[in-house]
Amino acid sequence: MRSYVLKRILSAVAIMWAVATIVFFAMRLVPSDPAQVVLGNYATEDSLAAFRKETGLDRPLLSQYIDFMSQLARGDLGRSLITNQPINRQIWSLFPYTFNLAIASMLIGAIIGIPLGVWAAIRKNTVVDYLSRIVALAGFSFPAFYLGVLLLLVFSVKLGWFPILHQIKTGSLMEHIHKLILPAASLGIIQASYITRLTRSSMLEALNEDYVRTALAKGLRPSTVHFKHVLKNIMIPVITAIGLYTGTILGGAILTETVFNRPGLGKLLLGAISQRDYTLIQSGLMVFAFIVVAVNLIVDLTYSLFDPRVKYE
Amino acid sequence: MNNTLEKIFPVELLPKTPQPGAPSKFLFLINFWWILKQDKTALTGFFVIIGLLGVALLAPWLAPYGFSEQHIVHSFKGPDPRFWLGTDEFGRDLLSRMIWGTRPALLVGVFSVLVSIGIGVPIGLIAGFKLGWVDRIVSWFVDIMLSFPSLLLGLTLVTLMGPGVYKVVLAIGIAHVPQYIRLARGPTMSIRNLDFISASRALGAGDLRLAFSHILPNVIGPIIIMATLSIAGAIRMEASLSFLGLGVQPPIPSWGNMIREGVENILQSPWMALFPGLILTLTVLAFNMVGDSLRDMFDPRTIVSRKPKTKQ
Repeated sequence: MRSYVLKRILSAVAIMWAVATIVFFAMRLVPSDPAQVVLGNYATEDSLAAFRKETGLDRPLLSQYIDFMSQLARGDLGRSLITNQPINRQIWSLFPYTFNLAIASMLIGAIIGIPLGVWAAIRKNTVVDYLSRIVALAGFSFPAFYLGVLLLLVFSVKLGWFPILHQIKTGSLMEHIHKLILPAASLGIIQASYITRLTRSSMLEALNEDYVRTALAKGLRPSTVHFKHVLKNIMIPVITAIGLYTGTILGGAILTETVFNRPGLGKLLLGAISQRDYTLIQSGLMVFAFIVVAVNLIVDLTYSLFDPRVKYE
Repeated sequence: MNNTLEKIFPVELLPKTPQPGAPSKFLFLINFWWILKQDKTALTGFFVIIGLLGVALLAPWLAPYGFSEQHIVHSFKGPDPRFWLGTDEFGRDLLSRMIWGTRPALLVGVFSVLVSIGIGVPIGLIAGFKLGWVDRIVSWFVDIMLSFPSLLLGLTLVTLMGPGVYKVVLAIGIAHVPQYIRLARGPTMSIRNLDFISASRALGAGDLRLAFSHILPNVIGPIIIMATLSIAGAIRMEASLSFLGLGVQPPIPSWGNMIREGVENILQSPWMALFPGLILTLTVLAFNMVGDSLRDMFDPRTIVSRKPKTKQ
């Protein structure tokens, strides 16, 4: 067990290192010159050279890479190319917004998806089942950002229940939640379709198991069997999948934050891309990838908590 | 030469030579049609796709106005007899722009998937066939690529290459390569140990020949199913990138950049975001419907669960 955990952590660290390396070199492949981006088109050769010297851009690639890695190992992401602000501070100030959005949408997805999937599996090939399959297929096809646009049109523009711009600076907890509902719903409803489908298929598979037949044969009520026995068993794949959807949710968050004009890591990254702030783009990409790797690691390691039968080789 | 071989090897071990006139190459297409006919959902999706292809091809004749033709006095119109779906901020006809928008959507959808298949499948085949250090490096690389959300990967690549339709094709194509590597690698690893491969090898077939003319035909089924589904994903990703302003650039209309303009003007006209999103969703849904049914047909687990239904 301990060796498995250690191995898993080491491989996650190796992947993070590889991601950082790839991102570092990819950013150096960009055709445009960072010094030119910062100083503008009318900068003289001298000022460009001075800027390169100051930021270390004139040094050999390898020594830049070593510096970058040693900084990263100390948890320092460097400074923004354009604003010269520490990137760590920017990311930490925006992280809670994206985190809240991701958690809220996962919750919405699970609250809708799991019961609907269970229900559809129990009432297989009935109207409920077909309906759930249509919902799932529609959910797959609905781009999350378009769902966001529709929610914005109905609930903000038409009904006026929510603000159109979701800028949050200060405000009470209720205000934060109020502004979280629409963005989280637009991502969460899409998640729900994935979770419904997965719950349905895992449930269907589990219903054919011997222990279900035994439980029914000894006279337990079907609802007891479904909810106390089967549901407990299928929670592992379902929870794993919810964890693994983190990547999709983070990708969706970039779009959702744009639709609702909500602050967050996605908007930070997009802003960096439009300003060609390479150090910020580099850090933003790494942070996204690190979160995904970390969540995958946590999901893998918590298997044993959900299911004592899981054995580590 | 064949005769002497048959004396040495039992006939059933020899790779089958196609009978003259046998529809071996078209068998898959016939199967495809047969599968579609069984399933109403898939058939509906298929006809929608055919319809969209028609619209894309006939765009210049179908669109009532040019995609950048401005009627500035008629800006932000709702649907009316002259502009069926209304107009945008410059008074451009939304219907015409949506019709022209089928072109980048389908182009990016189809060609980016071809890029993914073209790069991913050979790599997957070779990794699964060679195993050893080649496979280890490839798998590690796939793991790294998959730790990026695919939209983020597409976003990164577009940032590196710059916007434009063909660069978007390349970016989305490369972003989906890891999935095809995985898809081709798995079955290859199990097929490479089967008897018919050993037999071909004994007949002197080289690695490349074994991988591409004996293993590839056996793994192509799942790849085609995946392709249908990933066309849907690619169209959605193109729209997402264009929505973020990084994909197809105005004035060329793409459903994604139309939705972006719609959101920017959401108070003036709800139609601008509504209609392009509808056609986008419909298109993605159509490809998903076909891909989903194909997958269900080939998935042994769902075949089992389908049986009672056919008996009724």
